[in-house]
Amino acid sequence: MNERISRDDVAHVARLACLSLTDAELDAFTNQLSNILEHAADLDALELAEVEPTAHPLPLVNVFRDDEPGELADREKFLASAPQVENNQFKVPPALGDPS
Amino acid sequence: MNAREISSAIRKGETTAKDVLENHLTVIQDREEEIHAFNLVMTEEARNEAEGIDALIAKGKDPGPLAGIPVAVKDNICTLGIPTTCSSKILDGWRPPYDATIIKRLRDAGAVIVGKTNLDEFAMGASTENSAFGPTRNPLDTTRVPGGSSGGSAAAVAAGFAPLAIGSDTGGSIRQPAALCGVVGVKPTYGRVSRYGLVAFASSLDQIGPFAETVSDAALLLETISGHDPLDTTSIIEPPLDLSTALTQGVKGLRIGVIDELSGGAVEGISDEVLSCLDDAVQALTTAGAIVERTSVPSTVYGLSAYYVIAPAEASSNLARYDGVRFGPRVDAKTTSEMMVATRTAGFGDEVKRRIMLGTYALSAGYYDAYYGKSQKVRTLIMNDFANAYEKYDLLLSPTAPTTAFPLGDKTEDPLQMYLQDICTISSNLAGHPAMSVPFGKGIDGLPVGIQVLAPAMDEHTMFRAGAVLEFSNQGQA
Repeated sequence: MNERISRDDVAHVARLACLSLTDAELDAFTNQLSNILEHAADLDALELAEVEPTAHPLPLVNVFRDDEPGELADREKFLASAPQVENNQFKVPPALGDPS
Repeated sequence: MNAREISSAIRKGETTAKDVLENHLTVIQDREEEIHAFNLVMTEEARNEAEGIDALIAKGKDPGPLAGIPVAVKDNICTLGIPTTCSSKILDGWRPPYDATIIKRLRDAGAVIVGKTNLDEFAMGASTENSAFGPTRNPLDTTRVPGGSSGGSAAAVAAGFAPLAIGSDTGGSIRQPAALCGVVGVKPTYGRVSRYGLVAFASSLDQIGPFAETVSDAALLLETISGHDPLDTTSIIEPPLDLSTALTQGVKGLRIGVIDELSGGAVEGISDEVLSCLDDAVQALTTAGAIVERTSVPSTVYGLSAYYVIAPAEASSNLARYDGVRFGPRVDAKTTSEMMVATRTAGFGDEVKRRIMLGTYALSAGYYDAYYGKSQKVRTLIMNDFANAYEKYDLLLSPTAPTTAFPLGDKTEDPLQMYLQDICTISSNLAGHPAMSVPFGKGIDGLPVGIQVLAPAMDEHTMFRAGAVLEFSNQGQA
């Protein structure tokens, strides 16, 4: 197995991405991601020092609408999609402090 | 009947939207269990819409250019109050609080939305096997995949479930399934069609476009959904396309370059049967008066590598919103962060996890320059190479996909092999250019081959001229 990305790197990236992997998944993903990054290594052959990066196909400029009052989004409609709601707000388990 | 014929017959009162819909629902009833093109068939809603169209006609009003035409819509496009799943468990039960702009445009034009089509989860894949709800099968051979990620939309048109369908194309997700299912598929110029209400995968690459049985029908649908939308800040400020003259204009005098790298040159894996169809397509365009020659667009070789860094990087950011707080199901846990991990781990499939991790890695400290920074520079090279090519040529040509439709399960264990399906289509997304796939010839197994016509940004008109000629010539041979 090539080592473009280590098992520890994959475990770290999974933590950053809020994903939990089993040992078997860690092995499989490490192998697959290594293969993909190995393929991407063909870019190393290119001389890119003088090339400007492109982030987007269009020359984007900020778009502003006129600052006029419009229709407000319907709060009920958006809250209706949430798994848990209390007092017209999204409810989550404790984010700070000791949960127990 | 194709879409234009249906709309014309309904507007003339020769048939009704209701009859047209019922005919299509019967075809769906017959074969949907076997094909699984849809995540949801909207039978009741569609019947109501069709009745509305017939009522307008009865009052002497014109319902619009898509009057009574059943249209299938990819299930990553938001429909007010109707489940929109992206074929992911993480959106199970979610009903969008608004319609995508293109849904409004379809309805304003008189279309009848017949259902939401299956896709690879969050449009990540090339076979529709990554759907949480099971794969779609190719209507021409049900042991084969329909391609992806818009496999459900391609299959819906190929099976006669709907004469028109909507897909999205981030790296080939309209064109490759169109090729594998033997229908026409178009990725318009980036910004040509509003993305408002399209669930984001890779925002700088995603673009909505049409599927149809014919080039003319694809033009009709693209005209209807194109045009500026103030709700999408990347929408190009242009009126809707008018492609009517392109369909009969021919290609006499057009200069067309065949991309050598994708046509048997530097890129390996393009099958002989596909290359043989490309040769025939070159012959057909030449006979029709175009000047066709091989040309080099060198950096297309590197498109795949750049894409599989850039698209996952953007996806890792876009998919951060699925955290069990505001929509979709939640897996309960003691703390918010544990709840988010549990929800995302249970909700996403393997391919989505793979891409989120790949993108997170490519953007992480210490690797950003090596992967993401480098890929953005390759994107510049590709745009420069296209600009050079379009100084000499009006259009470019290549195969759409390296092979005909492959068997289910063939590539599911090796993600890189699946990614290679996009080798010919990816560069257009990186450049933001339009490209379309037109069926042309068959492989040795009798399955269809698609030829890709590429055009510079904003020149869908010239692209459709070549598409129409290829279709005409292909029908002559059939």
